[in-house]
Amino acid sequence: MIEGALFLSALLSVFITVGIIGVLLFETVSFFGEVSILDFLTDTEWTPLFADKHFGILPLFTGTFLTTLIAMAVSLPIGLISAIYLSEYASDRLRTTAKPFLEILAAIPTVVYGYFALLFVTPLLQKIIPDLSGFNALSPGIVMGIMIIPIISSLSEDAMHAVPNGLREGGYALGSTRLQVALRVVLPAAFSGVAASFILGISRAVGETMIVAVAAGLQPRLTLNPFVPVETVTAYIVQVSLGDTPAGTIEYRTIFAAGMSLFVVTFLLNIISYSLRKRFREVYE
Amino acid sequence: MDAAFHVQKLNVFYGKKQALRDVNMEIPAKAVTAVIGPSGCGKSTFVRCLNRMNDLVPGFRVEGSILYQGKDIYSRGMDVIDVRRKIGMVFQKPNPFPKSIYENIAYGLRIQGVKNKEKIDTVVEESLKKAAIWEEVKDRLPQSALSLSGGQQQRLCIARALAVAPEVLLLDEPTSAIDPIATGRIEELLRELKESYTIVIVTHNMQQAARISDITGFFLMGELVEFDPTSRMFTNPKDSRTEDYITGRFG
Ligand SMILES: Nc1ncnc2c1ncn2[C@@H]1O[C@H](COP(=O)(O)OP(=O)(O)O)[C@@H](O)[C@H]1O
Ligand SMILES: [Mg+2]
Repeated sequence: MIEGALFLSALLSVFITVGIIGVLLFETVSFFGEVSILDFLTDTEWTPLFADKHFGILPLFTGTFLTTLIAMAVSLPIGLISAIYLSEYASDRLRTTAKPFLEILAAIPTVVYGYFALLFVTPLLQKIIPDLSGFNALSPGIVMGIMIIPIISSLSEDAMHAVPNGLREGGYALGSTRLQVALRVVLPAAFSGVAASFILGISRAVGETMIVAVAAGLQPRLTLNPFVPVETVTAYIVQVSLGDTPAGTIEYRTIFAAGMSLFVVTFLLNIISYSLRKRFREVYE
Repeated sequence: MDAAFHVQKLNVFYGKKQALRDVNMEIPAKAVTAVIGPSGCGKSTFVRCLNRMNDLVPGFRVEGSILYQGKDIYSRGMDVIDVRRKIGMVFQKPNPFPKSIYENIAYGLRIQGVKNKEKIDTVVEESLKKAAIWEEVKDRLPQSALSLSGGQQQRLCIARALAVAPEVLLLDEPTSAIDPIATGRIEELLRELKESYTIVIVTHNMQQAARISDITGFFLMGELVEFDPTSRMFTNPKDSRTEDYITGRFG
């Protein structure tokens, strides 16, 4: 009875996933019935909502790329350093109290982060960088990085903590310092787990919506300048979804084409992350 | 025989629990010293004091002194990194790093800042030869050390320890996790190594102690009950508890 219910709900979630992908695919295919894939991938303007329509996804991709890059530049070093600290230096008590605390950061609604970026971080940055626009890639990128730190530190810490103590002892017995054991024994031994956490962080940044929708501006622009307004793929999707674009129009279908490209990217990232973590488990079990 | 270590009035605690009581021992240089005794009697604790590996254990505390070449390794000015470099250690469970065979041996040099590739190549080859594993691995140095069998991994760990040119080799039940043939090879190896190294080996296999050691210490519940040349201990033990143990009356 319970087994049956569990099976049904598992089946249901599979159907829902298939359904989502199906709708996504269907709308994407109809979109490419009207716009050539070549234009989609090479046109440098994205103006589906204007009279002079262009359907080049590149400006949205550079927006996503730029904010993701900034987020990773913040979260990667800080997340990794805190993982090393928690796993190799902190006492057990500090470790077990600090981790849940860090994970609270991940539970804050992202819209809060978005306004934090717009109303606090941007004005702060403008004091240092006078040229910075009110909407820009830098500030939401940094805030997104802060949001991702716990993902990286927590998963990397798990991977490093799982490294058998015998390896650490082997390192110390050869005359290693604590730092050498952390960086040259533990970190390489946990490499695939740590790399998986990076990729998960990237995929989180690529998929993040509210922070960039609120603070990066909604202006698709082919640029890698972090000081000007840009738009990411996700931000475009909410922008159109919240507007009054009628279903069935080409403008409406752009959401699905953009969504599909995003889905492909994050799906690939998740597969890489999954196989890395699997490899890591194989080494120690 | 010259003594390499003078252990004097050694008391060791883990938190409130006392693991070693008033141990006095003179460990001879360039000889094999065996440490025997039932499980939990403090054998590992004892050898791990000799290169300060226990420093890593929270709550660990030591009283008394351990002089190595006349200097107390627990004294204030002592550089613990230097102590561990001179006094190498091989563990019960082979613990090669998940790196290539070559990098496992090179590790000890790299952390000392050695960059010269020829020098490292030479040391890798020499160490693997000394540990009698060169012939088996010389064509597969770039392969993962984890691809080796258990016995090979343990000899690799011995080679890794030898690569930093220690003077002493501590081995904590190095053959308890590997098969008899591989064990035989390691025993043979230790007999060769004692020409150049001071060796202390923990074992709970009394035949092994009898086969390879010159002098044996018998521990019981944290105390050193008897410390005598191996031949004497196994033929004519002084203490009745030693006799009970080596004749297998308790284990
Ligand atoms: N890290 C530790 N923390 C607390 N107690 C320990 C620790 N290591 C060993 N002990 C205790 O010290 C005693 C001696 O252990 P050990 O030296 O490992 O014995 P042996 O190697 O002879 O089996 C045991 O009672 C054991 O429970
Ligand atoms: Mg032991």
